[in-house]
Amino acid sequence: MAHGNGPQGAGEGTVPPRWNRKMQQRLARGEAAALGELYDRFAPLVYGLALRVLENEEEANGVLSEVFSYVWQHPDAYDPKRGQLRSFLAGLAHKHAVRRLRWAVIQAGAAGEIEDCEERIRAVSAAARADYIVTSMPEPLRAALELAYFKRRDYRETAAELGVSAEEARRRLRLGLQLLATAHTEAGRPA
Amino acid sequence: MIMGPYDHRRLKSLLGAWALAACAPEETAAVEAHLTDCAPCADEALRLRDAVRLLHPQDNLDLDPALRSRVLELCLTRRMPGIPMPGWSVPYDAETARLDALLHDMGEAEWGAPVQLAWYDDDRPAARETSVAGVIGHLLAVDGLLALALGLPDPLAADAPAAEGPRTVSSPAERTEALWQEAGSSYAEQQSLARQLRRRHAGTMHRHWRDQTYALIRTAGFAGGGVADLPVRYGGGVTLPLRDAFLDRAFACWIHAWDVAEAVDYPYVPPTPEHMHLMIDLAARLLPETLAHRRRSGRASPPRTLVAAGTPGRTLHLEVEGKGGGNWYIPLDSPAAVAGPERAVAHVALEGLEFCRLAAGHVSPEDAAAGRDGDREAVDDFLYAAVSLSRM
Repeated sequence: MAHGNGPQGAGEGTVPPRWNRKMQQRLARGEAAALGELYDRFAPLVYGLALRVLENEEEANGVLSEVFSYVWQHPDAYDPKRGQLRSFLAGLAHKHAVRRLRWAVIQAGAAGEIEDCEERIRAVSAAARADYIVTSMPEPLRAALELAYFKRRDYRETAAELGVSAEEARRRLRLGLQLLATAHTEAGRPA
Repeated sequence: MIMGPYDHRRLKSLLGAWALAACAPEETAAVEAHLTDCAPCADEALRLRDAVRLLHPQDNLDLDPALRSRVLELCLTRRMPGIPMPGWSVPYDAETARLDALLHDMGEAEWGAPVQLAWYDDDRPAARETSVAGVIGHLLAVDGLLALALGLPDPLAADAPAAEGPRTVSSPAERTEALWQEAGSSYAEQQSLARQLRRRHAGTMHRHWRDQTYALIRTAGFAGGGVADLPVRYGGGVTLPLRDAFLDRAFACWIHAWDVAEAVDYPYVPPTPEHMHLMIDLAARLLPETLAHRRRSGRASPPRTLVAAGTPGRTLHLEVEGKGGGNWYIPLDSPAAVAGPERAVAHVALEGLEFCRLAAGHVSPEDAAAGRDGDREAVDDFLYAAVSLSRM
């Protein structure tokens, strides 16, 4: 079953900046209901990113717990002025997942395996950067990619569904992919 | 050349759509012809095609629904919440989250699936065909009774002119019909809509329902224990304290999520044993009053003995087996009588899931897989009272 209905499980749609700010305040106040809402919105994203790096469901579950308890315990670590909560969580997920991967290999102890691990981290890095780029790209671009790629709409249908001109849909698809292509360079590195 | 209306600028603008295979066939052909003799475009086309490979659907992402409560509990032990969730709202929080996840998982086509709502009316099975969106609208409309009790906006009154004043609270069925009519979500009406409009309608219903569930949970948390006993009026003289109304709605949410899951052929597991126990307990607590009501309207046998309030009376032993189960002792002659094992004249034993199906009106008293012992009349009265707890 696919959780979330968009790229990298990021299908929750537009989040206005106000939502990020209010959520941060609610978490800071220690509102248990806010924690539930945060989980519902972002657990598929965090889990999906972690699973991509770790390729192990149990390990990905571990990252899920770590990320949400970190945010709950340190609500001030997120500054709404510096970006979307979504991007912040994506960055945390990547960091915790890579840390777990390294740790698992160090525990295994073999030198050869450590080399393999670094290679695997490099290999998943482009993919993880791409995930990060998709989660933090402007919503109009992400929505266009979601319709064209995941829902197999052609660009005219995409335009109709987004309520924009066909020309604008073509522009968004091209720009979205151009952004995504930077994952192959260092430019899109997670914070 | 088949360039026709395609010049370099236009072809360049098509590269993103081309890489995503989202062009018309003649455009695809024009772009591909262009790439053989335009190096900058060919370069970009290659880069964008590579970028598409970085997109990946999470189609096998199987996030275990049981993780939610585990992760949240872990968080809450690491940092005590300043504003906790009252215990009685937790099953509602869990069940609405599970249904929400199911709705996110469902494909677009599945939103149009017909869903059968089933309940018992006047001791006879009743049913109504609707769409998934109709089910969500039903939950939205009835949950609105809790919103009213908490002073939140009534989802039904959303479009009503202010001059009309507050809507008189009607029964869950009337509210549902009214909302379906307002929103245009009858099954026939849904089927007549273009796919795109149906999808939009479903999305709107889903969002309104989810927003209201969040508002209810949040408000209950802010009000703390103070609102637990606030009366929620279900119409027809039926009133539940808010804490029980939250449980009742958690139960309804699960049952209807199950209806939806069956309609679209998705797996759906029961609530946690702890939450199911609370739901069964609510039904067991409502049964004595229900029995008394049925006796008054001649639908249950008259009391054998007149029992003074607070004294022991004839008892039915309800034994619910499996996780979430337990033993309940239901007074048969008067809700005010004291029930206990020593006065048991009848014994009904069934699985938790079967009891819930019965209380939801999804199985008939005759067909319910239940062990029946003792006074046959008492057993039948009990089973019919249980099924009569169901409503649309």
